[in-house]
Amino acid sequence: MRLFKALATVTAMVLLAACSSEQQQTASAASTTVTPGSVGDFRQNVGDRVFFDTDMSTIREDGRQTLNRQAEWLKKYTNYPVTIEGHCDERGTREYNLALGERRANAARQYLIAQGIPASRIKTISYGKERPDPVGSDEAAWARNRRAVTELQ
Amino acid sequence: MITKSNPMLPRRLTILGGAALAAGAAAPARAQLTIDMTRPTFEPVPIAIVDFSGDRVGAQIAEVIRNDLQNCGLFRSISPSAFIQRDIDAHSAPRFPDWRSIGAAGLVVGQVQSGGGNIKVDFRLWDVVVGQQATGLSFNSQPGNWRRLAHIIADAIYKRVTGEDGYFDTRVAYVSESGPGNARVKRIAIMDQDGANNRYITDGRTIALTPRFSPTLQEIVYMAYGEDRGPPRVYLQSVDSSRRELLGNFPGMSFAPRFSPDGTKVVMSISADGNSDLYEMDVRGRALRRLTNTPAIDTSPCYSNDGSQIVFNSDRGGSQQLYVMGAGGGGERRISFGEGRYATPVWSPRGDYIAFTKIGAGGFGIGVMRTDGSGERLLASGFLVEGPTWAPNGRVLMFFRGNPSSGGRTGSVGLFQIDITGRFERQVPTPGDASDPAWSPLIPQ
Repeated sequence: MRLFKALATVTAMVLLAACSSEQQQTASAASTTVTPGSVGDFRQNVGDRVFFDTDMSTIREDGRQTLNRQAEWLKKYTNYPVTIEGHCDERGTREYNLALGERRANAARQYLIAQGIPASRIKTISYGKERPDPVGSDEAAWARNRRAVTELQ
Repeated sequence: MITKSNPMLPRRLTILGGAALAAGAAAPARAQLTIDMTRPTFEPVPIAIVDFSGDRVGAQIAEVIRNDLQNCGLFRSISPSAFIQRDIDAHSAPRFPDWRSIGAAGLVVGQVQSGGGNIKVDFRLWDVVVGQQATGLSFNSQPGNWRRLAHIIADAIYKRVTGEDGYFDTRVAYVSESGPGNARVKRIAIMDQDGANNRYITDGRTIALTPRFSPTLQEIVYMAYGEDRGPPRVYLQSVDSSRRELLGNFPGMSFAPRFSPDGTKVVMSISADGNSDLYEMDVRGRALRRLTNTPAIDTSPCYSNDGSQIVFNSDRGGSQQLYVMGAGGGGERRISFGEGRYATPVWSPRGDYIAFTKIGAGGFGIGVMRTDGSGERLLASGFLVEGPTWAPNGRVLMFFRGNPSSGGRTGSVGLFQIDITGRFERQVPTPGDASDPAWSPLIPQ
């Protein structure tokens, strides 16, 4: 029992380490300092995107954490209207993916509304599979492409 | 697109008819100059097409005909360098032994007369095996229409040999793609079926997708993004101008448009609060009618050839599958039951098949099934094959085929055609990357 708990703690620490190193990479790739309340602050310190499972539009646990941070930030900096872009991987047909992207963008929008962001502040737009980021045809690229990105206007 | 008032073609093509060039007795069907393309195996018909005499454009006309017939997979065009009879005349009988000895079953000869802003083209198809004329026609038009005349002649030969209507005098609208993968320029282009006369209909400043022809070819509908980050919407545009109209101004995205067979309506998806349902709009009056009302994704609708039904894909049962309903909505029934997801159904213009995209664990496929969902056959497969569209004779499909991206570089994507037996697949030439083809009906003569 005790051993199991210890293992669980170690696992959690490893995960945290992986997360923080990824954030550091993102931060060092962008400008070194960002102004609080700026677009750069939002992207680096809050996270502008959430990811989805294949053919799904359910907000995952990692996505909920990101959207919670987004809601807090948007409540603090109320001057930004936002557009949530919904995207898909390339493993679907063009028209269906336009609809699926819309569904994903709307799922993120509804989550932010539930956290108290006014509905009138959040628009959605779907890009289906037309705007991949990153460009790639492997599982890792597809996982990053199944996304909803909150863009500050 | 082509009308009496079109400056490209102020006068109708005058077809003087087969009787005008009849020589000898009416010939019944021949053993070797006919082909049953539904049979599981057959040899392509060897055919010799001589440069048309009388004008320099005659050689170009013959080359367009050779290209059409060779590329459809049903003919083998014999190289002109093998021809023995060099003194052939468009109006007298050929020396049949000379053509039999090079293996020709069919022989095409023709003559061009131009002058006074007019071009007159006569052609004859000789049945070399029997030694008789199989068909002969004469056309009048403007000189600038010589390519169309060549395609019309190729259609006449195809029809005489296969018993099916041809599809060479047609156009293809498609999405031209260029630039890096994360900022790809996607604009609508239109070209002749053989890749000639390519031109762009949208300017590429915003993404434009899913072009579809009206039955008269005068107009296309497509979806385009706005420049203001507003939702993408459906536009109606004349193919001869850059003038376009918004087809309904809805708060949500409108997409996946397609004309009804009579051209009076457009069926499309409209999304609201993240959910996409099907609607039908009257093109003239712009009245909107809701066809589906489910919490599922309902999209990629296509009318049946007689306009009485609509096939579409929906994930209402948990995964993307094909459904058929009445054209006014209601009575939806699922028709796809194989493994994997089914998408982009298109009803054959002759009403016998529905073509579709299939998405399985291993990749994508293009297939056909009967309209009740039975008799499913896959014709093409690959990493990405998507978006079939029918030739007007319902015997050939065009679709797009994409390659995987690697090293941050977008994989190439291009147009391909395949006959419904799945025997002949070939790439359709385009100036650059191309996706999402829409095959036009035969151009009105």
